[in-house]
Amino acid sequence: MTDLDARLARLRGSAPPRRHTARTIAALTTNPGCARRAVLDAAGVDKERLAAHVGFPARFGQSRFAITRGNAFESQVKANGCAELLSLLREKLGLPVDEVGYHDLESVGGNESNEVRHARARTLITRAARAADDPGTLFDHPLLRLDVGGRAVYLEPDLIAFRLRGRFHVVEIKSFPVIDGQADPTKVAAAAIQSAVYVLAMRAMLAEQGLDPETVSHEIVLVCPRDFANQPVATLVDVRKQLLVLRRQLARLTRIEELLDALPADLTLDLRPDADGVPTATADELGASLGRVDARYAPECLSACEIAYFCRHEARGDTAALGRTVREELGGVESVDTALGLAREELRPSVEQEEAAALLRAAARLRAEHLGARA
Amino acid sequence: MSTLVSLARALAVERGVAQPITTVRHVHVHERPLVLVPLTLAGEANAPLAAMVGTAPDDARLLVVAQPRNRDERFGFAAELAAILVSYVDSFTGQVEAVVTNRGRDIRSRYTDGPQLIVPNPAGAGFVKLFGRSTRLRRTDGPWAVAPTVPLAGRWLTFFAERYEHPGSAALVAVTSALTAHWATGQSALEDANLAALMGWIDPPAGLTGAQAAAAAEDPLTWPPAGPITDPTFDNEVLAALMEAYANAPGERTLATLTTAIRGQIEPTWRLVWRAVELLRALPPGERVAQRWAADRDAYSAMVMSIVDGRPPQPRRDGAVAAAGRLNRLERDQASYDVQRAFDDPLVLAEYRLSGEAFAGVVTAAQPDRVDASGRRRVLRPHVTVLTDDPVRFTPGAALTSPARPAQKATVVAVGAGDTSEVVLELSGGMGSSLQAPPGTVPEVGEQVVYSSLADDYQQAPEFPAREDTPWTHGGPPPEYVPTDEDAAEEWS
Repeated sequence: MTDLDARLARLRGSAPPRRHTARTIAALTTNPGCARRAVLDAAGVDKERLAAHVGFPARFGQSRFAITRGNAFESQVKANGCAELLSLLREKLGLPVDEVGYHDLESVGGNESNEVRHARARTLITRAARAADDPGTLFDHPLLRLDVGGRAVYLEPDLIAFRLRGRFHVVEIKSFPVIDGQADPTKVAAAAIQSAVYVLAMRAMLAEQGLDPETVSHEIVLVCPRDFANQPVATLVDVRKQLLVLRRQLARLTRIEELLDALPADLTLDLRPDADGVPTATADELGASLGRVDARYAPECLSACEIAYFCRHEARGDTAALGRTVREELGGVESVDTALGLAREELRPSVEQEEAAALLRAAARLRAEHLGARA
Repeated sequence: MSTLVSLARALAVERGVAQPITTVRHVHVHERPLVLVPLTLAGEANAPLAAMVGTAPDDARLLVVAQPRNRDERFGFAAELAAILVSYVDSFTGQVEAVVTNRGRDIRSRYTDGPQLIVPNPAGAGFVKLFGRSTRLRRTDGPWAVAPTVPLAGRWLTFFAERYEHPGSAALVAVTSALTAHWATGQSALEDANLAALMGWIDPPAGLTGAQAAAAAEDPLTWPPAGPITDPTFDNEVLAALMEAYANAPGERTLATLTTAIRGQIEPTWRLVWRAVELLRALPPGERVAQRWAADRDAYSAMVMSIVDGRPPQPRRDGAVAAAGRLNRLERDQASYDVQRAFDDPLVLAEYRLSGEAFAGVVTAAQPDRVDASGRRRVLRPHVTVLTDDPVRFTPGAALTSPARPAQKATVVAVGAGDTSEVVLELSGGMGSSLQAPPGTVPEVGEQVVYSSLADDYQQAPEFPAREDTPWTHGGPPPEYVPTDEDAAEEWS
């Protein structure tokens, strides 16, 4: 165990490290400047549990109707050796062959370790990559591995890696509809960045084996239901931009040591569960520890980070809690009280605040001019 | 957003209650709007679960789909909603007014009133769009026949959804958007998307601050989401079991239990929407609100004609020419809406003053009878001098207008320097044709005036080729839209 591992383990406490998923890795890109999030994620802290224990539970429920529908659509597309998927790929990628090989890498014996499953995926995929003749092959549920913050993370994707004419394509099956050729842009964006995580992991695997990582295409195949029915439709999505963003974020994470150096050596977020698993650490104690790690809260965190409600509470009175543009429009002043003090000329601006203060004073004067007592 | 609005947010934090950001109301509020609160089943493509609909707070009809994945039940829901919608929309065809256009050469008619659909939030407007899309192409005969009102209602829903895209239109209003256009809260714009939290800031219950009310409103148990997506916990712990009970034993009892549970989810939003309508209605309307509502009535009248004439429903997607025309209209509407709001509302105009695109001051000198004799013809060109504290970023030659005299052009002649500056303006237009300016047409000494570079001019629409002349660069003339069997048979899974 390296020194870094030991420090992260102390921070996390007795709980086993939380697994990353494509979703959590994708979420790293939403607020890259947040040290709190970077440290908690690197340590594998169960943020959801921690947030609930400090009194600010996350609100990321998923409806079972949505889950059922997602699963049903996925199994429909994959039924009969991916028959529906194949006919789509024939149209979209010009798949020339009638027959393709299909490898389900999900499970063989049942409880194999991640290493075993990953090794099998690696063997089969690299063998396919080296093969001279090129029968189309589908790989269902390959277990991939990605280096996140210096630690190996296993990704168990619901995806099929598809090999054709020497290129691998990642196929992502989602159950949001594409209606008259248009889908919800936020959902497409989320799917694109998650697929980019898989592309990255597959490229890392090939590079490790001395193969050309570019064999994995930057164009992923997004399969969604068409219109209001269950008929699947496939779209090619270019994820080059997402790959760039991800690479940059993952590179930042390797500098986690610098962030840890700024923290007290004995800092821990251990819930200290007793024999029955009930946390014995008090909420105040944990909240105080959590407060030692700097956060950069923005309202966007509410939909991306489990700990966001805690951070929001902490950020009360900050202009950033009102939104990044609000802070900018208030001349970059950090606290609401300061902004109002400057606007009312109750505070004397520092040299760097002078421009902001002039703007705020002018704004306050205009409000007073038109709203009178209500200003 | 602007510094003025952001300052209002900061003030809202300090005072614990939302702050006004306008002095007038910029949206038309109908006397008898149709409020629609839709709920959909999570995970499905716009599968309706329920809707509460009606034209008065105490006139709520609750429609429930006990098995949203069942096509017949969905048709039943569509038919019920369609009946309500179509009879509402049809109720404005009673009176017609004549509108003189083309400088008095043409007269066209439009209805004196029109329909207004109100939904809780932009996602509710999205429901209107998709439900319109899924119903307007259906057939009323053949194997998948629906009630005749269903495709008709689909066309109206599509009409509302299309008007919704026009800035300044009030045919379809999303309450959260209308509220945030008039109040700034002490939370972020993202949090303002939660209707209950937003109303908590604007209209907190007695004894609570806006922040406390908003925090309470974030608990989905007391304030269910305003839809169309339901609270996942409600789905998992209540709805799923009740739906299963109904599926196993369809009957009055199981349906009543399910309906009661859904009513509990939808009714709080219904009340909030009506409370919001009341708050908006209490604001004095801006001068040009009626003008924009007239544009909505024009669109409504045209839609009625289109249906009477038996024209086909709106296509799935616009052709190239139609799309270009629509984009152009949207852009012009946006520009016009921005200017109209500024002209109607000095507080909105103040945003332009803050950024140097407008200035306000007092007239210190005026030559109302100044005549420019330098050209071939002697023309009336009064000069006025305005003293202002605002930063003036205009240079001589800039063409300005004043909201008080929109037909009159003011050209900057000279700008003084310093904290307070004197601006000399030359006026033209809006003073009749003689060389004597009628009283009131030229600002007098001592008058408070505002000038800006904003202009709400009538702009000639650019000419687009006819549909059949669509150039090959845009795919050539699109095929005529003919409703197909495929449209009618489209699965609703």
